[in-house]
Amino acid sequence: MNALLEFLSFSDPNIRYVAFGSVLLTASSAIVGAFTFLNKKSLVGDAIAHAVLPGICLGFIMAGTKNPVALIVGAFVTGWISLVLVEFITTKTRIKEDTAIGLILSVFFGIGILMLTVIQKSGNAAQSGLDHFLFGKAASLVGSDLITFSIVAVILLVIVFALFKEFSLLAFDKDYARSIGLPVKGIELVLTSLIVLAVVIGIQAVGVVLMAAILITPAAAARFWTDKISVMFLLASMFGAFSGLSGAFISYTAPSMPTGPWIVIVISTIAFISFFFAPNRGVISRFIRQASIRKMINNENVLKILYQLGEENRNFFIPRLPDEIIRRRFYDKPALISILKRLSRQGYIDRTRNLWALTEEGKNRAQRVVKIHRLWELYLTTYMHIAPDHVHEDAETIEHLLTPELEERLEQQLGYPKVDPHKSEIPYGNA
Amino acid sequence: MSNDLSIILTASLVSASCALLGCFLILRKMAMVGDAISHAVLPGIVIAFLISGSRDSFTMLLGAGIIGMFTTFLIEFFHKKARLQTDASIGVTFTWLFAIGVVLISLFAGKVDLDQDCVLYGEIAYVPLDVIITQGGINMGPKALYVSGIILIVNLLFIFLAYRKLFLTTFDPAFASAIGISTTLWHYAIMGAVSMTTVASFESVGAILVVALLIAPAATAYLITDNFKMMLTLACLFGALSSMGGYYLAVWLDGSIAGAIASVSGVLFALAMALSPTHGLFFKKIKTVAH
Repeated sequence: MNALLEFLSFSDPNIRYVAFGSVLLTASSAIVGAFTFLNKKSLVGDAIAHAVLPGICLGFIMAGTKNPVALIVGAFVTGWISLVLVEFITTKTRIKEDTAIGLILSVFFGIGILMLTVIQKSGNAAQSGLDHFLFGKAASLVGSDLITFSIVAVILLVIVFALFKEFSLLAFDKDYARSIGLPVKGIELVLTSLIVLAVVIGIQAVGVVLMAAILITPAAAARFWTDKISVMFLLASMFGAFSGLSGAFISYTAPSMPTGPWIVIVISTIAFISFFFAPNRGVISRFIRQASIRKMINNENVLKILYQLGEENRNFFIPRLPDEIIRRRFYDKPALISILKRLSRQGYIDRTRNLWALTEEGKNRAQRVVKIHRLWELYLTTYMHIAPDHVHEDAETIEHLLTPELEERLEQQLGYPKVDPHKSEIPYGNA
Repeated sequence: MSNDLSIILTASLVSASCALLGCFLILRKMAMVGDAISHAVLPGIVIAFLISGSRDSFTMLLGAGIIGMFTTFLIEFFHKKARLQTDASIGVTFTWLFAIGVVLISLFAGKVDLDQDCVLYGEIAYVPLDVIITQGGINMGPKALYVSGIILIVNLLFIFLAYRKLFLTTFDPAFASAIGISTTLWHYAIMGAVSMTTVASFESVGAILVVALLIAPAATAYLITDNFKMMLTLACLFGALSSMGGYYLAVWLDGSIAGAIASVSGVLFALAMALSPTHGLFFKKIKTVAH
């Protein structure tokens, strides 16, 4: 606890540099990366991260020192070339995009490693520290790094805010953007430059391999909590900033721990929590929803069979054995019994030992399902001109899902018909 | 055996294994899954290393195999159950596992004889130094040579024995499942093979260059032939060619051998892209002009 307070007081300038540097990096990368996520180009960030290495070496060879401007310019150039090549290979040959990305990524990185090792053996003393670009050095950030990071972060944020609408439109509907006369190519160019810039700065903190995580994982996590793009970007930047801060804190308390990988572990944990527990989109809530829909469909199907059996005898309230139900539609017997028990708890069915009969309430619910089924069959044959023997499957699904409003419109449009295409009577309420 | 020869031979054996599997990966549009696995096996290697206490054991292959399967499973799971888009699912999964691997290495820095440099770009130059010496004191040659040879034999056997099933599930998965071949089973089988090969190649060529060897020779072959058996053969050939060319390039420049091999494999791809008689840009252009 003391360590946390001491860390958060930022009294030590080193802590200040590392913490603010990490937060700036992760938050701004998360915002830029969210667009690559929405464009379904998450792995492009990975490709750029690897492809900047030869550029950094080239910049070093040209400048002779680790001049940050030369390195960034070099990185920018090869990062860009890699993207152009991926695009070129994908459009001009029969190689698919994923292969092209993997190819460019690994070959560029190979060239980079070759150049790096050649430089290391060249005896130029200024080269030491070039390999920070490989693995990151978030824990050893100094004041001048922080200034560079801040400038880049401000540039990224200003451009993203200025072009937020355009970027979003491109991510969701490129054709529409083109049709209203937006310079699509130009905007894509700006966005790609931003990604390259974010990568060039980011890999100094977390390294080549983990850069992709800083870009896309916050966005992937944020996507699970909201359908609003502004909220998603806010969440992504918050997740990013939190992981940056946590990573810095962990390597502060345990100095042997690398900051970059911890940032990634924290952000991944946030992402996994989101994947599982987010309301609506999360795995668990999706599972619960599916289970409850499955229950509802089973309930309604059993009620429907009891209703149809009742139609044959012109009496809906005759008690039936489970076997009579199974004869009309196959069920595993124990499963059927449990559905029947559930229905009797809900008051749709009366149970007398092994005999089950619809209640008034059960009959009404079943009747509605049967009505929608037959109305839908009629609708499909009259309006969609589908043959009567092809409409059952579709009606079997819609009967559980149609809302009362749609049900009413269907009745009105068809003019309250009496029979369906199979000459079965369409039952109306209280009829 | 001379040092040159043993390095080139080891690299060629590794690249042949990778090239064979790479053909399946790129045709199944799973090149990036291969990339993901090659990074994600890192924690498996470290854990296996901690348990068994040595680098070259069966445990290591097993650990990597398990983690490789786990990676494949997670990618599928996030995609199918959480409806996360595939590219993001791959990106999130492998970076997470790689980060865990790096943290484990720092955590057990004293106990694990692995470092990040080696993980990323291998140390094939040291292959000739680690030799097997029998009890009688006879030098049997570099250990890595045997490991990569065995892995190649295992891969060849796998592809030879399951050729029809691999072929069908790759080119016509719908038909394959219609005649009762489990596409899921073979999907995981290939991913298992990729994981094992990656780990076996890790020490010599490193994570990123395994990716280069998985993808580049296969993609090059894909631009030259339409016959799948031919593609497998050519891919192995290009792998070996890259290894040889790469070695001499590295010696000439005095740089990383693995990096040079990846560079040469890229050059071969560029040549095929330009000059392939069937799918090259040059002849395509001539054909369109001639029409």
